[in-house]
Amino acid sequence: MTRSDPRFDPLARLLHWLMAALILAMLFIGVGMVSTVSERYAMLVAIHRPLGVAILCLAALRLANRLRKPAPPLPADLPAWQGFAARASHWLLYGLMLGLPLIGWAMQSAGQVPVVLYGQLALPAILPASPGLHAALRSAHQLLAYGLFLLVLLHLGAALMHRLLRRDGVFRSMAP
Amino acid sequence: MDEDQGQRGGVPVTGIAALLRLAGIGAVLAAAAGGFAYAGGWLTPDRLSPARLVGQLEANAGPHPGFRRNHAKGVCVTGRFASSGAGQEWSRATVFRPGTVPVLGRFALPGGNPAAPDAAVPVRSMALQLTSPDGAVWRTGMNSSPAFPVRNAADFFALQQASAPDPATHRPDPAKLQAFLADHPETVRALALGRSFPPASGFGNGTYHSVNAFLLVDGAGRETPVRWAMVPEQPFAPFDARAAQGRDAVFDGLAAAVAQAPLRWRLMVTLAEPGDPTSDATAIWPPERRQVEFGVLTIAGVESEDDGACRDINFDPLTLPDGIAASDDPLLSARSAAYARSARLRDGEAKSPSAIAPPAASPRNAP
Repeated sequence: MTRSDPRFDPLARLLHWLMAALILAMLFIGVGMVSTVSERYAMLVAIHRPLGVAILCLAALRLANRLRKPAPPLPADLPAWQGFAARASHWLLYGLMLGLPLIGWAMQSAGQVPVVLYGQLALPAILPASPGLHAALRSAHQLLAYGLFLLVLLHLGAALMHRLLRRDGVFRSMAP
Repeated sequence: MDEDQGQRGGVPVTGIAALLRLAGIGAVLAAAAGGFAYAGGWLTPDRLSPARLVGQLEANAGPHPGFRRNHAKGVCVTGRFASSGAGQEWSRATVFRPGTVPVLGRFALPGGNPAAPDAAVPVRSMALQLTSPDGAVWRTGMNSSPAFPVRNAADFFALQQASAPDPATHRPDPAKLQAFLADHPETVRALALGRSFPPASGFGNGTYHSVNAFLLVDGAGRETPVRWAMVPEQPFAPFDARAAQGRDAVFDGLAAAVAQAPLRWRLMVTLAEPGDPTSDATAIWPPERRQVEFGVLTIAGVESEDDGACRDINFDPLTLPDGIAASDDPLLSARSAAYARSARLRDGEAKSPSAIAPPAASPRNAP
């Protein structure tokens, strides 16, 4: 029975590893494109926008799946603070996976920049033109992206601790 | 590996083995953080970032918060573009279908000083936003000079450094500029070319060039390298500094001309022949290249940036509709990256009044 299965369901595992690759790529593309005026800039921006929309859609699907199928329980002997950190960091990850693309979209809307995904396919504006909001959301997008990268590092470190030190099955619950 | 059994209650690793594994985890995280720092340019301070490039423009012109870091002195205009349909042979962009689309634009002087005397700058710019009925947006920033002085962002940065005011004299050091020109014959050629196209007496009777090459893309995906220019129907007269009275003479002349009658330009698209360079904005194409008129631009309104819609528009040359694409000119990425930086900075700053307040927009003419 699934209730006693200590692993995440297959869709959750698939989404996790797919999104892990996409989000890492996205973070490196984002931090790289704003730091260069080279010819790579246009190419990186052209990837960044549709990739962000893809992550937003996948994150919504993943959240729906997570709410439908709860995560396996954490080991009973896990210290309370670690259990709290695990739960809090996971909900923060969900918030940023959904929030960062939305903020990026909103910031371009406020800055009156068309969000062209490919060819004629463009997203509608979700905010009215506002220079102040454009600047503020750009700063938020940048800071929260740094925050997401730190959280990803924390998540990776914790996963490896479970896998290599505690050996408590937590890593295996999400292993591909 | 046998450690992770998939069962609860595996045996934890302790002692030296635990320390080694902990060190390994630390190494993985450090490598990831290092890669991120490298991607972000923190490990390569010499990398030319948008912040450094725009910072140099700001250093040269002095701080003018709230204004564009380049082409700072400007005025908003409104009008329309009537497409003849001729462009459909080369481009599937909906803006080239027969019909009329609204235009939002901006005339400006290059440079970071929002109150520069008009006579001090021999180049002028026209930036346009054309919005098609399907919502596709085309933005183009054009200059009155047919050739750009440099080929790439690194040379642009070096030229800005070479023309930075000396802290002691507050003027550029001619020796530094000479040294740059000695290393860059293409800049010397481009500047000479610019001098052979003297500035017009006003904004309305000047020609504005696309600066870079672009690609037109038709319905079958066929790409045609092009440059374009807005060619005025108003007769050309050379700029005469003695006749241009006042700091804002050229801007005042624009407002006065539009108050009399709308101004018109023909959008002339030059089709490249095989071998014409598309990645070198310092070199123009031979004059015998075929030129096709795609339509007519009409400018019918002038308003101050203070309440004009153009102020907060980023005229990024890579804001292109489907059917117009970037060429391999490296300046396009550089312009796009630097414009985004400039927009981000000024959008977060308090606004001061523009130097240009055309009578139509000033309170004394309000009903």
